[in-house]
Amino acid sequence: MEKKETMIRLKGVCKNYQIGREVIHALDEATLEVTEGEFVSIIGPSGSGKSTLMNIIGCLDVADSGEYILDGIPIEDYTEGELAKIRNKKIGFVFQSFNLIPKLTAEENVELPLIYQKVKRAERARRVEEALKRVKLERRASHYPTELSGGQQQRVAIARAIATDPSLILADEPTGNLDSATSKEIMDIFHELHQQGHTIVLITHDNDVAAQAERSIHILDGKVTEVKR
Amino acid sequence: MQTLKMALKSIGSNKLRAFLTMLGIIIGVMALVILVSLVNGATGSVTDTISSLGKNMITVSISDNKGAPVQISDLSEWMQDPSLGGVAAYTKESFTGKKDGNAETVDVYGVTSYYEQIQGMSMLLGRFLRSTDIDNHTYVCVINEKLATELIGYTDCLGQEITLGGIRYTVVGVVEDNDTSLTKSYNNDSLSAYIPYTSLVRMSDSATLEITSFYVDAAEDKTTKDAEERITQILLDRFEDDEDAFTVKSQDTLENTMNDVSSALTILLGGIAAISLIVGGIGIMNIMLVTVTERTREIGIRKAIGANRHVILQQFLLEAVVLCMMGCGIGIGLSWAVLQVIGIVVSSLSITFTLNGTVVLIAVGFCFLIGIVFGLYPANKAAKMKPIDALHYGG
Repeated sequence: MEKKETMIRLKGVCKNYQIGREVIHALDEATLEVTEGEFVSIIGPSGSGKSTLMNIIGCLDVADSGEYILDGIPIEDYTEGELAKIRNKKIGFVFQSFNLIPKLTAEENVELPLIYQKVKRAERARRVEEALKRVKLERRASHYPTELSGGQQQRVAIARAIATDPSLILADEPTGNLDSATSKEIMDIFHELHQQGHTIVLITHDNDVAAQAERSIHILDGKVTEVKR
Repeated sequence: MQTLKMALKSIGSNKLRAFLTMLGIIIGVMALVILVSLVNGATGSVTDTISSLGKNMITVSISDNKGAPVQISDLSEWMQDPSLGGVAAYTKESFTGKKDGNAETVDVYGVTSYYEQIQGMSMLLGRFLRSTDIDNHTYVCVINEKLATELIGYTDCLGQEITLGGIRYTVVGVVEDNDTSLTKSYNNDSLSAYIPYTSLVRMSDSATLEITSFYVDAAEDKTTKDAEERITQILLDRFEDDEDAFTVKSQDTLENTMNDVSSALTILLGGIAAISLIVGGIGIMNIMLVTVTERTREIGIRKAIGANRHVILQQFLLEAVVLCMMGCGIGIGLSWAVLQVIGIVVSSLSITFTLNGTVVLIAVGFCFLIGIVFGLYPANKAAKMKPIDALHYGG
């Protein structure tokens, strides 16, 4: 087996929040590595710091201290504008609450990150179509999010995440708002994406979901530990 | 282009609110465009009237003749000057005019023959006074229509004799009453008779052959300004370079004054209208702030999937500008309609109100500026949001 590149390397990452007088250590010396093509789940109860971890991995927030290297790029020193570019090109987000823009159709939602990438119109149309096909929603392209079921909305969100062909797909409780049947549909898509070679980091509090990943990482009170299986 | 589409979509999604927001701008633009167009229309009509009073007429009055009084022979000499079209002396007195037991107070003008041309008078019947009448101080007169009807009873009165200040005059011409709105007020209501300057001098205690006021106009190929300079030079030579001995006033001066007044009025009214535009702009800012708050989550999503500050700023700024420009467009359209209606209502006054191109351009520019100025703060607020805060806003 050939040596795969390291996709994510977190080393001694700390993140503190001050609420009133109390300082909360949301992340305490978190260290983890994810290699290219891996399917990793991060599991932890609510309040364990997994959202903070996801924000940092997703470049939505910057760590107070420690080192974070994404796809070979050290993240700490970047400006807001550069972080936006990294999110745009390297990361595909899938959120618990779908986070589609209600005024835009499925197609337009998927197109949005490509517009921000300044991809040409014809190329955009091709990639949107392809992404929607991969989540089997090509026939719903011109529907608005409110006209779609929860599962379909999440599939649009996945299509949006993969349209830019990111290095990393970052899913935050993607099945949290869905029933078990739809959850399975969504997880099947993730498995499929994994088989196609995408790197996936999935954050969840659900052990069954987490167990479907190749590797599980446990987080509790800001401390990260590998779950041995 | 893509951003413009988004802005239109966002405005379209809440039409009533967009309309109410635009209302401030619409009213402001209408106020600006209509008021300024009205002032311009009215000024235009007044200026036209002034010009029609007497084309390019220069009025000269002499206050100190320095022992070298201007006489009729001097006027004749000046008539030959290549810069000057003509010169006409005039003086005015009031006398009682009588005819067959009718008596009226008449404004009697002692004039020279060029007076007809310089005043742009048109004869209804007969002829105006001639040089020979002046030279021979004959007792002939030209009367206006109104005097003819009031004193004699009919206008076809050539050859009739009337008494002015106790002296009998033969009517040789009838002058058509000028019907332009401005002159109407002081000409038509008055009963006027024009007699040779020399004849008036004989009748009057105050009028003498020393001419103190006269009209000058420019030769056909010269401008009024040339003529004004020329006559000023002539008089300066005559009166020992004393500028205070006489005054030279041209119609241009009057028109310039009129224009000054109208620009002052335009600026004043425009300023008031601009204030209402600014108020409209504040309305836009208010709504944009609400919109930004409402769409915090959307901003978060956009930022998460890669929109940078610049893109968000551009999106909200464009939305504000588009709102302003739509308001501006509607305002201009409505102004046009209102001006058309006003034009129909006052069509009898021979005043035309048209949409003033300059003010439309100013309105468009001003609205654009307002969109930018009042859109910048909300847009910047949106752009500054941290993606995680925005994403988790309200759930």
